[in-house]
Amino acid sequence: MQAKPFEGIKILEFNWAGVGPFSLSYFAYYGAEVIKVETSRRPDITRTGSPFKDGIPGAERSSYFSWTLGVKKYDVTLNFNHPKGLELAKRLVAWADIVGESFTAGVMGKYGLAYEDLKKIKPNIIMFSTCGHGQTGPLAKHPSTGFTLTTLSGFNSMSGWPDRRSCTLSAPYTDFVSPLFGALALIAALDYRRRTAKGQYIDLPQHEAALNFVTPLMLNYAVNQRELTLTGNRCAYAAPHGAYRCRGNDRWCAISVFTDEEWDSFCKVVGNPPWTKDSKFTTLLSRVENNEELDCFVEEWTIHFTAEQVMAMMQAAGVPAGVASNAEDLFQDPQLKHYHHFHDLDHPAIGKCAYYQGPGFRLSEADYEVARPPLLGEHNEYVYTKILGIPDDEFVQLMEDGVFD
Amino acid sequence: MLSCYRVLDLTDEKGFLCGKVLGDLGADVIKVEKPGGDPSRSIGPFYHDIADPEKSLYWFAFNASKRSITLDIQTDDGQEVFRKLVKTADVVIESAAPGYMDKLGLGYPALSQVNPGVIMTSISSFGQIGPYSRYKTSEIVLWALSGMMYTVGDPDRPPLLPSYPHSYLFGAMQGAIGTMIALYQRQALGRGQHVDTSAQMSLVWATGTEVHATWEFFRQVIRREGRMRLRTGTGIRTPIMWQCKDGDIGFFLLLGVNFVKPMSALVEWIESAGIDSGIMKRLDWNTVGWDEITQDMAGEIDGVLAQFFSRHTKMELFEGAANRGIQIVPALTAKETLEFPQLGVRDYWVEVSHPELGTTITYPGGFIRSTETACRIRHRAPLIGEHNEEVYRNELGLSTEELMTLKQSKVI
Repeated sequence: MQAKPFEGIKILEFNWAGVGPFSLSYFAYYGAEVIKVETSRRPDITRTGSPFKDGIPGAERSSYFSWTLGVKKYDVTLNFNHPKGLELAKRLVAWADIVGESFTAGVMGKYGLAYEDLKKIKPNIIMFSTCGHGQTGPLAKHPSTGFTLTTLSGFNSMSGWPDRRSCTLSAPYTDFVSPLFGALALIAALDYRRRTAKGQYIDLPQHEAALNFVTPLMLNYAVNQRELTLTGNRCAYAAPHGAYRCRGNDRWCAISVFTDEEWDSFCKVVGNPPWTKDSKFTTLLSRVENNEELDCFVEEWTIHFTAEQVMAMMQAAGVPAGVASNAEDLFQDPQLKHYHHFHDLDHPAIGKCAYYQGPGFRLSEADYEVARPPLLGEHNEYVYTKILGIPDDEFVQLMEDGVFD
Repeated sequence: MLSCYRVLDLTDEKGFLCGKVLGDLGADVIKVEKPGGDPSRSIGPFYHDIADPEKSLYWFAFNASKRSITLDIQTDDGQEVFRKLVKTADVVIESAAPGYMDKLGLGYPALSQVNPGVIMTSISSFGQIGPYSRYKTSEIVLWALSGMMYTVGDPDRPPLLPSYPHSYLFGAMQGAIGTMIALYQRQALGRGQHVDTSAQMSLVWATGTEVHATWEFFRQVIRREGRMRLRTGTGIRTPIMWQCKDGDIGFFLLLGVNFVKPMSALVEWIESAGIDSGIMKRLDWNTVGWDEITQDMAGEIDGVLAQFFSRHTKMELFEGAANRGIQIVPALTAKETLEFPQLGVRDYWVEVSHPELGTTITYPGGFIRSTETACRIRHRAPLIGEHNEEVYRNELGLSTEELMTLKQSKVI
């Protein structure tokens, strides 16, 4: 393995919540030095969000924070309302290659930390801002979170049964969509700076980015004036197609049969019972047409086996099938284990916990690194005295003056 | 930003978006299709509902900003041409079944012999190695094994797949990020590398804190709850989406110091609408935590909110909330999204010309705004082999005779 891809790259984040930190986490996975700046009076919003370890609230006990920040980052506290606090913020900017922030539009400008200001401190700085609706327009200053943007962007309207109202997706779904675009743009910007010596300002409007995931739906309306209809688990060109109940408590296995070849294999797995020969099911078209009846037969078979058994038997015969994994299954999943997807890390307040994760890819020439989340202000001394070079006595004085509150 | 890079894109729908976003950032992305066109051109919906490989809106959406050539890489001649192309390329993206590219003699080790600087990005459902790597896969299988499916749906019915399938997009985006890191690292490393992307890992991450932490902290499994969310660690459920007069809105009850002001404003608003906010006005939002709220109390709050929301349209609620610093948003339909004022004011939508259809189509705009580049669709998705002449003759320097031979033998 070679040196880390981002070794020597310095990142300063005034981010909070999910999208900002997620966008920058790829730099932390691959060797950049990242300093996260918080204020102890108003720490990262995710530090105050439940669930907390053992149900006991505390800045170091929130799963939202620790799950989001499970990468190597230095954490410092800084009082922006103290003139010396702002001065230190600017010294940190001078140190950084990339500065990220995810506050409501305009907040950084109020502190004299807008892109134009940062450029004066460091001409080739890359500044990254992200908020729900972008930095301009009537909604620029309107606060938003993934919990609401997921509904706004249509993700909570796209799953459901034809006879019912839609069901929602994972609560802050867009928090896992928009940062993928942010991270990509930032790495591209860093690469561009290496080639051209030019910095830039990047704004990630989370709603606009998320809509890049639903382009076909937009085109279908723009061209055909057609809105999405809810189709349950139906597929127009596959049957069986759905999640089928298996043995056990609320256990399910997804099965999808597209081709005649897959249908033949499927029939063999279920033991070629007479119903598989019924003309209602012998062609793809007839299977799709009679899918409700077909589903009943499939479930009469799957219910006798565990979801894992159904998956294994179907896959061995070449039929696409997969357990509808629940949280417990994910931590036991042999494929995820093979890739060492989850990392078990110890944390002073949370203890051992296995939900820390790396990226969704592996590089043949670089390992990624995860780390337990930083404590509030954990690296004040290191960052201010070692990185900024503030003498020890001055550091103590600044602390007493409340500059690090 | 990326105009100095050339990307050869061999993917199907598992990887389309990867090349598309690199193209939006300026890279020269060449889609390499089978002669006759990529089978994924058969994915609907279609332009005016005409099922035609040149009219798939799904293809349009995720192959814009790319060029297209046809090439049969299963033939020896095709592989020879492909290796010539690889010499000119920085990145090859592929999403075939693991092992397939190696079988053709076009796996990473082989391509890196041809061009040591090349980066190969493989995007698959489960990754190139491991017990599931040879599994047969589909959208619903990936959605299930990533843990997403188990948490979506109504409690009295099976777990649900979205009616708009999109789970592969997560892997494609992670593939783009991995590709970009490899491009950046190439400068120091002096050579390319292999990026092995797993759509499953990408999507497992997106199942998020609530699923993972609820298990790790409380050994509790998040199940499908319709429109409710389990407030983990409490056993309390509250809705995240609500019915209003003309559709649905999103609102999620959040407690803590950051939500005191909006909650107080909401109570005031409800009262001023002539609705008794009951328990909501009695709670001290400064101090109340989930440990003090019972399901009965949560139910009472839900009742007040449901009554209030049902009397207003989604845009009334959205605008009223925006003025009060409260987070209530409309569940926009596609039509309403296209007409959403904020996006219009920001000049978000892009009119993309489709000359052969004699029309322009409105597309979503770029995913970021940058002072250095216009990140957006640069041109419509290519027709089948639209750039054969341009790429093979002008850029690769194949002669007329060579091109004729390749065409006659159906390699191109």
